[in-house]
Amino acid sequence: MGVYSKPALFALLSVVLILVGTFVTTILPIYLPTTQPVSSYIKPYTAVELEGRDIYIREGCNNCHTQTVRPLRTEVARYGEYSKPEEFAYDRPHLWGSRRTGPDLARVGGKYPDSWHYQHLYDPASISPVSNMPAYGWLAGRRLDTGYTFRKVSVLGYGYTRQEVEQQIAAYMERVTAPDYAARDVRNRVTPPELRDTLTEMDALVAYLQKLGRDVKELEKSRRAAMLDKTIGMSEVR
Amino acid sequence: MRESVQDYSVVRGFAYSALFWLVIGLVVGLWLAAEMFYPKLNLTPWLSFGRLRVVHTNGLAFGFALAGIFSCTYYMLQRLTRTPIVFPRLAKFHLYLFNAAIALAALSLFAGMNTSKEYAELEWPLDVVVVIMWVVFAVNVFATLARRREKQMYISLWYIIAMTVTVAVLYIVNNLSVPVNLFKSYPIYAGVNDANVQWWYGHNAVGFVFTVPILAMFYYFLPKTVNLPIYSHRLSIISFWSLVFAYLWTGAHHLMLTPVPEWIQTVAIAFSIFLIAPSWGSVVNGYYTMRGNWELMKTNYLTKFFIVGITFYGLQTIQGPTQGLRTLTAFFHYTDYVVGHVHMGTMGWVTMIISAALYYMIQEMNKTEVFSVRLANLHFYLILAGQLLYTVTMWIAGIQQGAMWKATNPDGSLTYSFIETVASLYPYWKIRFAGGLVYFLGIVVFIYNFIMTGRASKRTALDAGMKTA
Ligand code: HEC
Ligand code: HEM
Ligand code: HEM
Repeated sequence: MGVYSKPALFALLSVVLILVGTFVTTILPIYLPTTQPVSSYIKPYTAVELEGRDIYIREGCNNCHTQTVRPLRTEVARYGEYSKPEEFAYDRPHLWGSRRTGPDLARVGGKYPDSWHYQHLYDPASISPVSNMPAYGWLAGRRLDTGYTFRKVSVLGYGYTRQEVEQQIAAYMERVTAPDYAARDVRNRVTPPELRDTLTEMDALVAYLQKLGRDVKELEKSRRAAMLDKTIGMSEVR
Repeated sequence: MRESVQDYSVVRGFAYSALFWLVIGLVVGLWLAAEMFYPKLNLTPWLSFGRLRVVHTNGLAFGFALAGIFSCTYYMLQRLTRTPIVFPRLAKFHLYLFNAAIALAALSLFAGMNTSKEYAELEWPLDVVVVIMWVVFAVNVFATLARRREKQMYISLWYIIAMTVTVAVLYIVNNLSVPVNLFKSYPIYAGVNDANVQWWYGHNAVGFVFTVPILAMFYYFLPKTVNLPIYSHRLSIISFWSLVFAYLWTGAHHLMLTPVPEWIQTVAIAFSIFLIAPSWGSVVNGYYTMRGNWELMKTNYLTKFFIVGITFYGLQTIQGPTQGLRTLTAFFHYTDYVVGHVHMGTMGWVTMIISAALYYMIQEMNKTEVFSVRLANLHFYLILAGQLLYTVTMWIAGIQQGAMWKATNPDGSLTYSFIETVASLYPYWKIRFAGGLVYFLGIVVFIYNFIMTGRASKRTALDAGMKTA
């Protein structure tokens, strides 16, 4: 009877059927502007932040942490402004996650100073005694491999030249190794002596964590400032 | 009889592979469960939770479940077409390639080579191997179907065809990426699109690995076990086509209240609710097949695996659509409730059916009786008890977690800090570990019983002076 005795036709029919839903819900949206809004306030990751992001992926932090604040009152109260599509324009892959064993991290940038992150990654229980987050002290014992960084940003199309990538790396290294770096004490405590003058994987990860939600927070800040200026009758900022 | 020509060596090979990866995946799962309340177990980088969780999910979904699926598929295919596998050497190659791929997958995931996309974590070189493996499998499926001696394709073959073509489409589309080097690549999709494509894949990986082929087994092995025809052919036709059509629309129920366009979420929920119908079509078909013969639940040890298994499938397909509804997802999304959902499906439905199918096949292939019905019963009750302890605990934990995240004081401020919610879950995580242990014991009993059944038949065969294949 019909297709039930024609395997090839049956397979073809199945493919056609599955492609209908696939096309409408998955392929079509790729070409809709709503899924790829671009906003000038969202900046791509710097070379070091990108390396940090790759360490986040390698260690599977996304298995315990989400990166999307939902538009729910309690969630906004807990984490901050809810997530918008344009924030993820540079995220390949997305890291929204499906399980929240630890808190959402979409707004963690700027929430704590760098020193907090070094201490927390080194030993989470020293900050929250009941935390079940693994200790990542060993990340400070690994030199950051920047051999592929330029290739990575090229694949991702961030538009940096090789020189810019090198500059970004050098600048960040200078920042964290400077004598007046605010997190110097903790960083030196968790980093083995031979790596203190260079970039470690933990440095990159901290850079990445500090980037999360930063652009949104800055936009909010400038908006608030603009509003304040208006109310006191000053000329527009920016 | 023509049956003697049939080649069961790959069926056996995949069956033992399934058991091997099951043990590995469960040991990793237990370790993972213990890390949740005893984080000191994150002893080394490769044992840290973030890496280990991926080994657990891949090891069980692709090591255990897929091996079980391949084993049963090669068996059902030969039986239902009354034709031996057309390319037996290719099937052997499939077996070796599969195990090599899973072993490399486990090693690379331990090492942190991980794309972060759930159930698609393997880096691109392994993706290529997986695609080759799938083509090798598909060639045998379609070649054997083409040569079949049975004109009509039975229901199970429909599900096998649907799985074979759909998994290929899903896997390739979601894994499209640009390599940076041998160990690292970035997907071609960004942000919202990446999430949308990923969960179109993620949900349908569940659909076409944990549902469709398991239904193929159910439709074949239940009637065989109870020796009764399936209740309604027409119902199975309707269930099949509507399931295959509707599944692909529902991925975004994993992305509720995220920045994915709202209409995609709404469509996903509508189709998720619709999915109850075809899912229950199979459940009802199974129940009615038993009509008037329910005493088999007591007298035939295998029957209860199938009936209890399909019952969990039924519960799963009601729980799934409801937890996707906007109000409920706001509460349950990201909590342990979903972990409960996952494990009712995997420990209740998938393992129940696969283990019963393996029992059935080893007896048929070796022309013997199961080593011990009592052990099989013990296996059944242990995995049932372990699973229930696990899932019920996680549902309660999820409700508590959701409630604590939402709780506010009269002035509108949050009642609980995040870490307070974590602290409150420790007791549940310990009970879950206990449930996992009970379940694991059941699986150990199963494997012992299975291996002894395989051996016993060899002995009787030798006694009778015959040679077994
Ligand atoms: C086993 C699950 C788990 C894993 C894996 C995990 N974390 Fe956590 N994380 C937690 C928990 C629980 C907390 C809350 C308690 C605390 O602060 O330690 C937390 C807290 C945090 C915080 C503080 C958030 C805030 O707003 O206070 C940051 C930042 C963080 N984790 C980063 C990471 C990074 C980076 C990784 C991967 C290298 C990681 N986590 C892996 C569970 C996890
Ligand atoms: C001894 C039995 C088992 C134990 C102790 C166990 C433990 C766990 C743990 C601790 C997690 C992580 C949960 C979290 O992040 O909060 C998990 C996730 C998961 N497990 Fe298991 N598991 C078991 C059996 C199985 C089986 C048999 C399968 C599949 C066949 C399976 C498939 C999965 C999947 C797919 C996830 C990911 C869930 C998600 O992302 O929401 N597990 N398991
Ligand atoms: C009609 C059928 C089903 C529907 C509509 C459905 C719906 C859902 C929804 C909405 C979620 C996401 C929950 C959240 O993150 O908030 C989910 C997760 C999940 N479901 Fe189902 N479900 C169905 C059947 C099944 C079956 C039969 C299985 C078999 C094991 C299963 C396995 C899973 C897994 C593994 C996840 C976790 C995915 C992840 O986050 O990693 N589901 N399901």
